[in-house]
Amino acid sequence: MEYLIHLAILFAIYGILGLSLNLVVGYTGLLSVTHAAFYGIGAYATAILLTSLGVNFFVSVLAAIIVSAVIAFLIGLILSKFDDDYYALASFGFNIIIFSVFLNWRELTRGPLGIPGIGKPSFGISNFQFLISNNLEFLILALLFLGLIYFISRFIVKSSFGRILKAIREDEKAIQIFGYHTLYYKLAIFVISAAMASVAGSLFASYITFIDPSSFWLMESIFILAIVILGGLSNLKGSLLGALFLILLPEALRFVGMPNDIAAQMRQVIYGAILILLMLYRPQGLAGEYKL
Amino acid sequence: MKILQTKNLTKRFDGVKAVDGFSIDIEKGKITGIIGPNGSGKTTLVNLLSGMVGIDGGIVIVDDALKLSNIKPYDILSYGITRTFQEARLFNQMTVLDNVLAVLTERNVFGALFEKHNDYHLGKAKEALEKVSLWEKRNELAANLSYGQRKLLEIARAISTQAEIYLLDEPFAGLFPEIIKTVSVIIKNLKQEGKTVILIEHNMEIIRELCDYAIVMDSGKLLAEGKPEEVLRKKEVVEAYLGE
Repeated sequence: MEYLIHLAILFAIYGILGLSLNLVVGYTGLLSVTHAAFYGIGAYATAILLTSLGVNFFVSVLAAIIVSAVIAFLIGLILSKFDDDYYALASFGFNIIIFSVFLNWRELTRGPLGIPGIGKPSFGISNFQFLISNNLEFLILALLFLGLIYFISRFIVKSSFGRILKAIREDEKAIQIFGYHTLYYKLAIFVISAAMASVAGSLFASYITFIDPSSFWLMESIFILAIVILGGLSNLKGSLLGALFLILLPEALRFVGMPNDIAAQMRQVIYGAILILLMLYRPQGLAGEYKL
Repeated sequence: MKILQTKNLTKRFDGVKAVDGFSIDIEKGKITGIIGPNGSGKTTLVNLLSGMVGIDGGIVIVDDALKLSNIKPYDILSYGITRTFQEARLFNQMTVLDNVLAVLTERNVFGALFEKHNDYHLGKAKEALEKVSLWEKRNELAANLSYGQRKLLEIARAISTQAEIYLLDEPFAGLFPEIIKTVSVIIKNLKQEGKTVILIEHNMEIIRELCDYAIVMDSGKLLAEGKPEEVLRKKEVVEAYLGE
């Protein structure tokens, strides 16, 4: 049971990452490969605030959202100078830079040593404190956050704003001539998406209780991108499906008798192979509407 | 009344002047045809007027008052200008209805975030799509439309904005006679509503039938202008077209 709860928590965290990245990649057509950076910023903000300053988890989530949003705004401004392949490459660069900050700003992040002893969420007033102490309670919290992010994402994509994001993806210049300042739209969705990713980071840090830079390396961004593409671009349920599939995949490999260490390596190979097959036979992903 | 003017408008591409000191006046409420051989700078002119390419020299004057030396594409609708493209630029993986709704809703980012299209927007979209007989296809993806239907959808998108000035870049090119009739009617209706149309066109029959005024471009310069019948008879115009 504990094992299933663990998988479900991971699904909730990666579901949030998939949903938030889909807003940028699937709906707006910006091939961002820097999502793990915002995931990491969220995780580090929560880890540092909980371990050094002892603030409440939920306050740390808010702080993480603000830090992530500010950094995303600055990165988004620079990325707005690029299009298509160059956008992907530049976003790649930002993931590397932020990873290097996690690794080398030792006074803040403890570098490769990582930050241990990150506390669990608690809430309540004065004497009535409730501490989330077991994984089932944590799962409920994670699912609540996933639900909230899904609800916000749905609200966005169903709004007039969401329609303009799709129009930007289809032909940015063409929508501009109808009076839309597309830079603002692209910046807004990039910032919203980064803020959402930071929530996943906060949950991850508190759940695992230890973080180090290796969790936020480029491969993580590519893994999140794989969730979005596999599940389906421009389809929110697709991102949840993608997260579920890629979280369960290595576990399934383990059940067919593959040793743990090989299963972990095979995960990379298999999801690489799946992406290639998808691009060949179903470029819109499992549930997607839009072809990359 | 002059609704749109260019004064010494210039655009260079790698040193070559695609539009070269071009000065014209466009009358309000008229259909003005812009003709000229391939490469004469017609599309570049429309791109300059719609901010798709930057102006290297000269100015554009809107409504005899607003002087512009730098036009951004997202500002043109606020000047009352809209346009279509030689090759229809639709939002392919969106429905026909969404292609029109996209240009009708809130422009402001925060306003758009908290807005959903309503009956007013739907009514406007329906009105525009019915004019081009595409309302029945409103739930189809734009990518699935035929060439002619794509052109019609682009025109519907433009007219739904209720702009004052319509820059139409070869709207008739490659269309079947029946669709040509539909587009002609739409352009005539725009004129009846007091709108201004600038029409880039190669088909001289259409220029004669629709336009009140014709402007001929050659090598980025103004070659001739006047009533279509007179302009099309001019020796230099015939030579520019036939290369004689």
